[in-house]
Amino acid sequence: MEPIITKHVREPNSFTLDFYLRHGGYESLKKALASHTPDQIIEMVKASGLRGRGGAGFPTGMKWQFVDKKSDKPRYIACNADESEPGTFKDHVIMERNPHLLIEGCAIACYAIGARIAYIYIRGEFFHVQHVLEQAIADARTRGFLGTNVFGSGFDCEVYVHRGAGAYEAGEETALLESLEGKRAQPRNKPPFPAVVGLYGCPTAVNNVETLANVPLIVQHGPEWFAAIGPEKNGGPKLYSISGHVKRPGVYEASMDVTLKELIYGEQYCQGMRDGRTLKAVIPGGSSVPILLPEHLDAQASFDGVLKAGSMLGSAGAIVLDDTTCMVWLAENLLHFYRHESCGKCTPCREGTDWLHKILRRIEHGEGQMRDLDLLASIGAQIGGKTLCAFGDAAVTPVLTTLKHFRHEYEAHIRDGRCSQVADWRARQPIGAH
Amino acid sequence: MSFHPKMAYDATFHKSSRTLADPGPAFVFTPENRARLDAIVLRYPADRKRSAVLPALYLAQSQQGYITGNAMVHIAGILEITPADVEDVVTYYTMFYTKPVGRFVLSVCRTLSCAVNGAERVVEEICAKLDIAPGQTDATGTFTLIEAECLGACDRAPVIMVNDAWQELQRPEDVGALLDALRAHGEAALTGCHHVVEKK
Ligand SMILES: Cc1cc2nc3c(=O)[nH]c(=O)nc-3n(C[C@H](O)[C@H](O)[C@H](O)COP(=O)(O)O)c2cc1C
Ligand code: FES
Repeated sequence: MEPIITKHVREPNSFTLDFYLRHGGYESLKKALASHTPDQIIEMVKASGLRGRGGAGFPTGMKWQFVDKKSDKPRYIACNADESEPGTFKDHVIMERNPHLLIEGCAIACYAIGARIAYIYIRGEFFHVQHVLEQAIADARTRGFLGTNVFGSGFDCEVYVHRGAGAYEAGEETALLESLEGKRAQPRNKPPFPAVVGLYGCPTAVNNVETLANVPLIVQHGPEWFAAIGPEKNGGPKLYSISGHVKRPGVYEASMDVTLKELIYGEQYCQGMRDGRTLKAVIPGGSSVPILLPEHLDAQASFDGVLKAGSMLGSAGAIVLDDTTCMVWLAENLLHFYRHESCGKCTPCREGTDWLHKILRRIEHGEGQMRDLDLLASIGAQIGGKTLCAFGDAAVTPVLTTLKHFRHEYEAHIRDGRCSQVADWRARQPIGAH
Repeated sequence: MSFHPKMAYDATFHKSSRTLADPGPAFVFTPENRARLDAIVLRYPADRKRSAVLPALYLAQSQQGYITGNAMVHIAGILEITPADVEDVVTYYTMFYTKPVGRFVLSVCRTLSCAVNGAERVVEEICAKLDIAPGQTDATGTFTLIEAECLGACDRAPVIMVNDAWQELQRPEDVGALLDALRAHGEAALTGCHHVVEKK
């Protein structure tokens, strides 16, 4: 498949309004306002089969339909640009190199659900990206693509960027809304879902950047065109972030009939493993999903394909690991992340991630005992499914799946009293126990 | 209130470990920053000024280098919330500093994709060259080292955020050169983000 969303991103000035207009920019918004009702836009997005690119793969059209239109409160679009899932760096490319596609998507989404304001919640670390976005919004507004009475249609729309300040949990949709309201990024109980009670208690649709960037394409080319790209129920162009021990890490755009193997070894993708090493494991959808082994690589890199292989497509951020990687170390590395990022609201997650990390650290440093393995499994079971948001399930996944596939490595650490696989890219001495 | 005769109320049991934020010097926004904040507040509904607390804190931090108790009280007054509401936010998000930091804050990503590309070694080198541990500032007040979690740039690992700018593909053996270049040329010494093809 020829790239669509990222077609021009390597060209100079691809982020400017003039460049975007030269390539048909804002025609979709014009078309939507001139010849479709909001409900027709929702029907179109439903017919396209577009599934959310933020992690869960939930159908976007359906999410918009759930937005409570009977309520007399204002409605909002909250664009999730938190992009904090380890191994994920695709939304960044859209925002930095093709920002008007996202802005146009935000405007069409506002029109569809009857909102006047879209807030783009961007992670604090993307400071320079925020400037690009804000400039793009200002330019779009000057030319009348945002603001009042867009294209003389009577439709008013504003898009604002809201910068986060370093919190993975702010990517969870209800925590994102809390953060937008000026509070700690901690999740809310669901239901009610944001579509009914969202930002400021008003009906809100929370959509990922890549999801919204697909909307102008659907309006422009029609839902049939979109659905025909890739396998059934997994339609449309998809961005993959691939990192780790591959020769050419980066963001690649493909239809979802591409396999994991093609993405990792294909000539136009990552071109295989670095230094002639062999692949040991892949985490296909950001750090929160189950690990896959070399025998799973023929799986289609689609929502349903990766699910069938025993994992999840998640954010489509694949972390590829070679045979120098110790799996106990890997679990410890990721639990350090989850422990640090746990928002602290639910006790099982707040306390449990800390325990898991301590035990993993102990095993990695050769001070573990065999009974620790049961303890890990039991703590994992006490966290998963017992928290307000999916963070808890995400946090235990690296532990439970490495235990499942690489139990022998855990046992070797305990038996030998040390890690026998310290790669040359690791610290010479353990550091940073904070 | 009832008291139990055997409870050691004055001992560890009843001691609060809460520390109040350092009030610091008197704080008001400069007129420019105040005007910026007033413009940002307008993006949110009139009765939802609190939404502007993160932008307000960024402005305070850019003005003073870190967030003090007095800054929190000042922001609370503007946004019509309590200082405790502001402190609640400051202490949650990692990008706000409640103590002075060095001229360059080096946030080295230590999460998986960076780690398998040598991030642990980068941290090790920085610690050795500056004689500090993660979380500390060097003796000259030039560098603060922070171990950060995934910065969303895993294909250019290892990544360091230096203040608000990016340094990509940082090899452990080049850490000395990076520190020297920062001392000499400031943030201009950094690679920046590789997506910005125009700068080449
Ligand atoms: C702990 C946690 C972190 C998340 N982080 C992100 C994120 O950084 N970006 C994102 O788009 N979605 C993230 N999500 C998913 C969102 O909750 C939500 O499902 C998504 O933004 C919906 O958008 P979509 O339907 O367009 O995919 C996260 C979920 C959880 C549980
Ligand atoms: S792991 Fe370092 S930027 Fe993602």
